[in-house]
Amino acid sequence: MSEPQASTHTIPPSNTRLNSYAPVLNTVEVCKRFGNLQASVNINLELRAGEIHALIGPNGAGKSTLIKQIAGGLKPDSGQIFLNGVDVTRLGTAARAKAGLGRTFQVSALAMEDTVLQNAVLGCLGAQSGSLRLFDSIMRPGALRTQANEALERVGLAEHAHKRTSEISHGQRRQLEIAVALTLHPKAFVMDEPMAGLGVQGSSALIDLLGGLRHEAPILLVEHDMDAVFALADRISVLVYGEIIASGTVDEIRQDAAVKRAYLGDEQ
Amino acid sequence: MKRESLINLILLGLLVGFPVWAMFSDEPFFITLATKAAILAIAGVGLNLVIGQGGLVSFGHASFFGLGGYSMGILASHAQTYEPLVLGPLVIDGSQSMPIIWLVAMGVSAVAALLIGALSLRTSGVYFIMITLAFGQMFYYFTISWSAYGGEDGLSIYVRNTFPGLNTLDPIQFFMIVFVLLLLVLGFCARLRGSSFGLALNAARQSSERVKTVGIEPFRIQLAAFVLSGMITGLAGALFADLNRFVSPSMFSWQISGEIMVFVIMGGVARLCGPVVGAMLFIVLEHVLGGLSEFWHIYLGFLLLLIVLFARGGIVGLLAGREKAHE
Repeated sequence: MSEPQASTHTIPPSNTRLNSYAPVLNTVEVCKRFGNLQASVNINLELRAGEIHALIGPNGAGKSTLIKQIAGGLKPDSGQIFLNGVDVTRLGTAARAKAGLGRTFQVSALAMEDTVLQNAVLGCLGAQSGSLRLFDSIMRPGALRTQANEALERVGLAEHAHKRTSEISHGQRRQLEIAVALTLHPKAFVMDEPMAGLGVQGSSALIDLLGGLRHEAPILLVEHDMDAVFALADRISVLVYGEIIASGTVDEIRQDAAVKRAYLGDEQ
Repeated sequence: MKRESLINLILLGLLVGFPVWAMFSDEPFFITLATKAAILAIAGVGLNLVIGQGGLVSFGHASFFGLGGYSMGILASHAQTYEPLVLGPLVIDGSQSMPIIWLVAMGVSAVAALLIGALSLRTSGVYFIMITLAFGQMFYYFTISWSAYGGEDGLSIYVRNTFPGLNTLDPIQFFMIVFVLLLLVLGFCARLRGSSFGLALNAARQSSERVKTVGIEPFRIQLAAFVLSGMITGLAGALFADLNRFVSPSMFSWQISGEIMVFVIMGGVARLCGPVVGAMLFIVLEHVLGGLSEFWHIYLGFLLLLIVLFARGGIVGLLAGREKAHE
């Protein structure tokens, strides 16, 4: 299944400003196999401070598998994952979130029966240290609720705070996913197709939001919407058959012959 | 006041009003029926915490009901015979004091729930149901062969246990003790719903991935909920044994787990007073239909079918409408 070694090459990023940062999130030789299928092959990926690093690739390339390994839902067969230089490979999803990894899902995984505000407050709860209390009144006005409202305001959901999550639109749920991730004040974001199913207007609002977010925490962005990727990404890595076949700036990836062949097509 | 709160008040008013009426009408049997309904309601409130809030369908809550019952039976029988209870190096006198018995019943149930939960919560769905059921059956068969405490015949306690300042043999006074405990347990669960623990437990039921992604381990909150639930059901077991002055392995039987689940579903899963109305209806049906035919469970089954098909929120849901998202 693995591609010949010769086809794998890494383009050094031309942007020297980005190059000077130490990685906030990085994977070292991560491998994952399901039976005969090699889903991740020696993946070395770096997410540096202040950048949006897009991970693109055709369906079935292993993007979601890689994201799950980075977020903690799936253990790699070998290799390591570091967050701010700390090895988090053995930590579960919750511990990685506590360590500063903010994640959004391809298919919204929100508490649909709860209100938009409750979902955001849940994020704030996870971010605070200490254990959950049995007798506090969590939805009363207070510091957590203020933080939750601020996050909702940033993504433009403040006016929908008291609606049930099942009653808001698909695009608004995408925004809520990001708001919940924001409440965690993460060191790095991992976003799995945040633009999926959004209209032109929704995508453009989200592009603006994500563009501003990179300065708070870098974003590892898995996305199929190539317009969004080219508008947002500082660097792009291309995953095909579980291998990163190229990694570089937007222009470098656009010009890369192997990427054109494998994924973007000649019209790009 | 919200419609559901008003309905809850009316339900509790009915539950307390009926035995008071029975007392003035000199019908102590009806007071006993109301007491049984209130005790089952406590057991149901315990189960509702894991099923309704936690989404964990435990089919083994008879374990805690029975443990509560046997805690009472063992302590009271030792007090009755003046024989101390020897647990290895530990020698304990029996007790006929209700508060002590309740604490022991809840403590024993908590330890059991911690062990059962720690094992069974690693599974989900039908496996969770089967593992919890298996634990209940293990206790059931163990007590059948436990001849020191009556084995299959069970254990009779000749005098009802005591409560400081009250005559527990007077049916209405015993009812009031049970009713106040029911109110305390309901108050506890109401507070829990609005707490950070309640928010996380509720979210874990809807999406365990979501809870993990914000840094909260669902296993821990579900285990804590399972322990609290077991303690409440254990308390109900101790009261039930005191009501009947008798404990037997049947308290551990899967039918008890099933019956508690049935009336929680009839009353309204995840509704605060769902188990209360469910337990009241169950007792009324048992009394009225049970007088007509020994196969009264057929009618109960038919009613359950109607409620599951046409009233998903149970009786409380039918009366109060769709539940609002908690604020």
